[in-house]
Amino acid sequence: MRTVETGAVKPESPTVKSIFFKDALCARAKPGQFVMVWIPGVDEIPLGLSSFHRESRVCSVTVAEVGEATEALNQRKAGDLIGVRGPFGNHFEIVGDEALVIGGGIGLAPLMPLIESLAERGHLSSILIGARTSGSLIFLDRLKRAAEGGIELTVTTDDGSYGVKGLVTDDLDRVLSSSSFDIVYACGPEDMLYKVYHLAERHRMPLQVSLERIILCAMGICGSCVIGPYRVCRDGPVFTSEQLREVEKEFGKYKHGFNGGRIPI
Amino acid sequence: MLGSRCLKVEIAGLKLHNPTMLASGILGITASSLRQVARAGAGAVVTKSIGLRQREGYKNPTTVQVECGLINAMGLPNPGIEEFKAEIEEAKDLEVPLIVSVYGFSAEEYAKAASLAVEAGADAVELNLSCPHVEGTGTEMGQNPTAVTQVVSEVKRNIRKPVFVKLTPNVSDIADVAVAAAEAGADALTAINTVRAMKIDIETGLTVLSNKIGGLSGAAIKPIAVRCVYEIYDAVEVPVIGCGGISTWQDAVEFMLAGASAVQIGTAIAYEDLGIFGLVAEGIAAYLRRKGHRSVEDIVGLSHGN
Repeated sequence: MRTVETGAVKPESPTVKSIFFKDALCARAKPGQFVMVWIPGVDEIPLGLSSFHRESRVCSVTVAEVGEATEALNQRKAGDLIGVRGPFGNHFEIVGDEALVIGGGIGLAPLMPLIESLAERGHLSSILIGARTSGSLIFLDRLKRAAEGGIELTVTTDDGSYGVKGLVTDDLDRVLSSSSFDIVYACGPEDMLYKVYHLAERHRMPLQVSLERIILCAMGICGSCVIGPYRVCRDGPVFTSEQLREVEKEFGKYKHGFNGGRIPI
Repeated sequence: MLGSRCLKVEIAGLKLHNPTMLASGILGITASSLRQVARAGAGAVVTKSIGLRQREGYKNPTTVQVECGLINAMGLPNPGIEEFKAEIEEAKDLEVPLIVSVYGFSAEEYAKAASLAVEAGADAVELNLSCPHVEGTGTEMGQNPTAVTQVVSEVKRNIRKPVFVKLTPNVSDIADVAVAAAEAGADALTAINTVRAMKIDIETGLTVLSNKIGGLSGAAIKPIAVRCVYEIYDAVEVPVIGCGGISTWQDAVEFMLAGASAVQIGTAIAYEDLGIFGLVAEGIAAYLRRKGHRSVEDIVGLSHGN
């Protein structure tokens, strides 16, 4: 574990902040990888890297306040110390020329480096993002920049306060019927990912999703993050359609709690 | 090669196709993950430690990497034996022996958990008398030969399957505890569990693990474990299973020469692929052939002659 000083802390929405720090190893991460962030005296949690730059070594994690650890992390000020381990896990693989990226809520964070990388290579066709309400939308500026040059950017909100009213998956069947994508990438709540998986399967489109489980050791030994035969921290967090078919008994249905028992999703 | 006859070992009646085992506490919380380890070549698997009641374990950080090893204080997270029975039942098709690790806060609790594990289909139980970071169980009981006698006797009275006892190195004389366990009826002894240890982050001045103290595993403790196995082998007749910092076939052979009939692998999985079980087994087979031995048994305790 490396202890680093937090740099800028940037509010993304009333309950979401990006926390920047400098770290040489994280700066060499690949889109979709995650780090373990230690909030001294409080907890240590897994977070997807929402940005990283090789030259400046500036990286960020983006944190939604959902509990004690994330609230404590979002109260950090520039100069406070945090611990960082990683980057861990596999990453999104860039395949084909036409990609659709679907992000729900805070699930957009680990997708941002992928979106920017795809846009840079000219492989990004369409972005579909969903949030509960206009106030909880994050990364709109970065998304609009990535979508410059004719890339379709669709925003949905549950209450219709921004963009299209409804869920990000509501119109997905039509989107997948009307255009042909080489690959679909998604990250968000598991019920959303489950719907995306079924629609992608129906339209025979390959999919890569980033899954969330309780990650403690991040080294593939404690077993807290297992799904079927896989360890999300080592074999994931990114899973392909083929792998999701193998874990259909668990994916979208249950995950393991801190005590290892099954919790319905 | 994995089916190689020279690798077959029998421990307390359990038949292993090779002498590598998954150590307790590593993966082992679901039938699927145990199956993955068995498929990767392990000769037997041991589950995470299961007690009568569920435990969430400690808050993270629960694991920290240090020089030559890891320190962990997971805090015995487990869903409780009643819920875990479903995983044991699901693991019936493993094709390798399934050993369920159990802990308790009294001899009766160990016995109850062990009975329920056997009822669900465990081929053997391993008594965790050595967890170094939970009060009232594990090391606290495992440091006291009288308590060890009570726990082992009570478990033996209640189940007919083999009883392994995992010993703690955090004692002044591990042979004393080994003798107590063997005399109370233990069918095999696993040595060792982790060594009590601590990591402090010098920038914040704080201990890294939320529980402050944890157990050190990995290469750092291998020489301690080899010495413990050597001393236990001299003191008891029952088979000894070596554990502590094994990541290569050379490590495994060293434990066998010290007196181990089989070896458990855990921390190495943090650095290696699950295929490590098969690789270690193949290396042992090649060593046996090169040295002209016909079985693992031929080299167990061989260093004691000199």
